Amino acid sequence: MKHPVGYNADARLRWTEWLPWVLAIVVFFALPDYLSMGARVLTYILFALSLDLILGYAGIITLGHAAFFGLGAYVTGMLSVKLGVTDPFLQLLASAVAAGVLGLVTGAVIMRTHGLTQLMLTLAVAAVCLEIANKATHLTGGADGLAGVVVAPIFGMFKFDLYGKTAYWWCLVILFAGWWLVRRMIHSPFGASLTGIRENRLRMEAIGAPVYARLVLVYTISAVMAGVAGALLTQTNQVVGLNVLGFEPSGELMVMLILGGVGRLYGAFVGPRVFWVAQDYLAKQFPEYWFFGIGLLLVIVVLFARGGVLGICDGLLAKFRSMRGGGTA
Amino acid sequence: MEAFLSSLVSVAFHGVAFGMILYVISVGLSVTMGLMGFTNLAHGVFAMAGGYILVSSLARFQIPFPLALFLSFALVALASVVLERLLYSRLYGASELEQVLFTIGLIFMSVAVARLIYGTLQQPVLLPDYLKGQFSLLGRDFPAYRVFLIAFSGAMIAALWFGVERTIWGAMVRAAVDNRAMAQSIGINTKRLFTITFAIGSGLAGLGGALGADIVAIQPTYPFEQLVYFLIVVSVGGLGSLRGPFVAALLIGITDTACKYWLPEVGAFFIYAATIGLLLWRPAGLFGRRA
Repeated sequence: MKHPVGYNADARLRWTEWLPWVLAIVVFFALPDYLSMGARVLTYILFALSLDLILGYAGIITLGHAAFFGLGAYVTGMLSVKLGVTDPFLQLLASAVAAGVLGLVTGAVIMRTHGLTQLMLTLAVAAVCLEIANKATHLTGGADGLAGVVVAPIFGMFKFDLYGKTAYWWCLVILFAGWWLVRRMIHSPFGASLTGIRENRLRMEAIGAPVYARLVLVYTISAVMAGVAGALLTQTNQVVGLNVLGFEPSGELMVMLILGGVGRLYGAFVGPRVFWVAQDYLAKQFPEYWFFGIGLLLVIVVLFARGGVLGICDGLLAKFRSMRGGGTA
Repeated sequence: MEAFLSSLVSVAFHGVAFGMILYVISVGLSVTMGLMGFTNLAHGVFAMAGGYILVSSLARFQIPFPLALFLSFALVALASVVLERLLYSRLYGASELEQVLFTIGLIFMSVAVARLIYGTLQQPVLLPDYLKGQFSLLGRDFPAYRVFLIAFSGAMIAALWFGVERTIWGAMVRAAVDNRAMAQSIGINTKRLFTITFAIGSGLAGLGGALGADIVAIQPTYPFEQLVYFLIVVSVGGLGSLRGPFVAALLIGITDTACKYWLPEVGAFFIYAATIGLLLWRPAGLFGRRA
C-alpha cells in the first residue's frame, strides 16, 4: 500500500509508534548538552507534522507555511516583550488563536483556487507577513527582532532553565498532544475524506463531500499547529527574528518533511532530526555548502527516493521480506 | 501641479521600465508552464544567472555591453537546454508536488553557488558611458539607460510576438499548447519543440535579468525574493498566453513603482491585495483560457 498510515490502516497503536517517544526520553538522559537543540528539533517536528497534515494528507501544496509559524512566534514574543504576558499557556493559546484566524481567513480565499494560483497565494501571504514584521518596527523590532522574551515557570513550578531541560519536556508534551490529535484525525472519517480529496477531488465532489469546507478546516487546524510550534520556538529561544518568516523557512520545512517522507505521519519525526543534526555538523563548518547540500538533497529525493528516509526503509524491509519469503518457498 | 505632473510622468516611466523587465523575464515561465504544464519555480534562477553574467562580463572581462547582453541570453539558453535534457525532462508528467520540490531544490543550490562565487553583496552594474546620463524628450529629462531598456525590451517583445503569431515555429507552439496529443499525432516533434521553447524562455529570462540588473538588485537571494512577482505576472496574466502577462507585468510595474513612490510605508501590500482580489474575481487570470 502506498500510504500505510491512514483511515484504512489499523487504528490501534503498533509498538513501533512508541519508538519516537522512547527515543526522545533517551535523548534527554543521554545527551544533556544538546537539550536546547533537542527542544528546537521537537518544535520543528510539530511544525513538520502540521505541514504533513495539509501536504501529505490533503494534498495542498503550500510555499508559505512559515507565515503561521512566524505569526505564532511573533505573537508570543510581542505578548512577553510588549505586554508583559509571561504565562506559557496564555502565550501558546494566543499564538494558536492568531494563527488559526489567519489560517481561516487566508484558507477561505486560497482553497477556492488551485494549481499555480494557489501556490502563488500561499507565497504571497507569507511575503505579506514578512513585510509586516519587517516594517512594523515598533511592534516587532523590525530587522533586529525581539530579544529578552520572558516565560514564567509552568504552573509556577518549572522554570525555563539555561540548559533547556524544562523547555525540552514542555515541547515534548505539546508535541505529544499534537501527534495524538493528528493521529486521531487521520484515522477518522475526516482524515479519509482528506485523502480522498487528495487522490481525486472531482470524485469527492461527485459523492457529495463538502470539499471546500473540509480543505478550509484542515488548513486552519494546520495553521493552529504551526502557530503553536512557532510559540514554542520563541519560548525556548527567548528571541524572535525575521528568519522565522518568508519563503526560506517554508522551503526548509518542506525539505525536512520530504526528507522524512510525506503523508506517513512519522516522516515528520525523522526529517527534522536528520536535518538539524546535519545542520549542526555541516552548517558550522561549511556554511556556503549547506544551502547547496539541502538543494541537492531535495533534487535527489525527488528523482530517486520519493518516499524519503522512511520510504527507503519500507523498500528495504519489503525486499528483505520477499527474499526471506522466496527462500522458504 | 507641475510637480505632481512631473512625478506622475516619472512614476509612469519607471513603472513601464520595471514592467517591461518583469515581462521579458516572466514570459518564458508563462509559455513553459502553459506548454509543458511544468511548475518551474526556479525560473528566477535563469534571470539571476543572466544578471551575474552581464555584471561579470562588464566588470571582470571588459566585454562591450551589447556583447555582454547577448552572452547573458545565449549562455543561459544553452545552460537551460542541458538542464532540461538532463533533469527537467525526467519530471514531465510528474505530480505538481514533485516539480515544486525539485525546482525549490534548484533554487537552494543556485543561491548557494551565487553566494560562493559573488558573496552576499549586491553587484553593481558598470554601464557604458553612452547609456549613462539623461535623454531629453518633450522638455523632460529621462535616464538614458531606462529609455534604452524600454526600447530594447519593446523590440524583443515585438520580435517574440511576431515569432509566435507569424512563423511556422510559432504555429507549432500554439498547436502544442492547445492540444499536445493532437499536435504530436500530426507529426510535430513536441519533445524538440519543448526543448527549444524552454531554451528561448530561459534565455529571455537571462536577458531580462541582465537588462534589469540596474533596477532589480542582483544578489544571491534573487530567485527567492522575486519569485512572487514572476508568479503574480503569470497567474494574473493567465497561463500559456503572451498578451496577458504583458498587461499584468505593466500593471504590476506601474502599481509597484507608484506605491513605492507615494506610499512607501504600504510597500508591496497593495500589489498582493490587488492580486488576491483579482484572482478571486477571475481565477484563471485576465487572459487565461482555463478556469
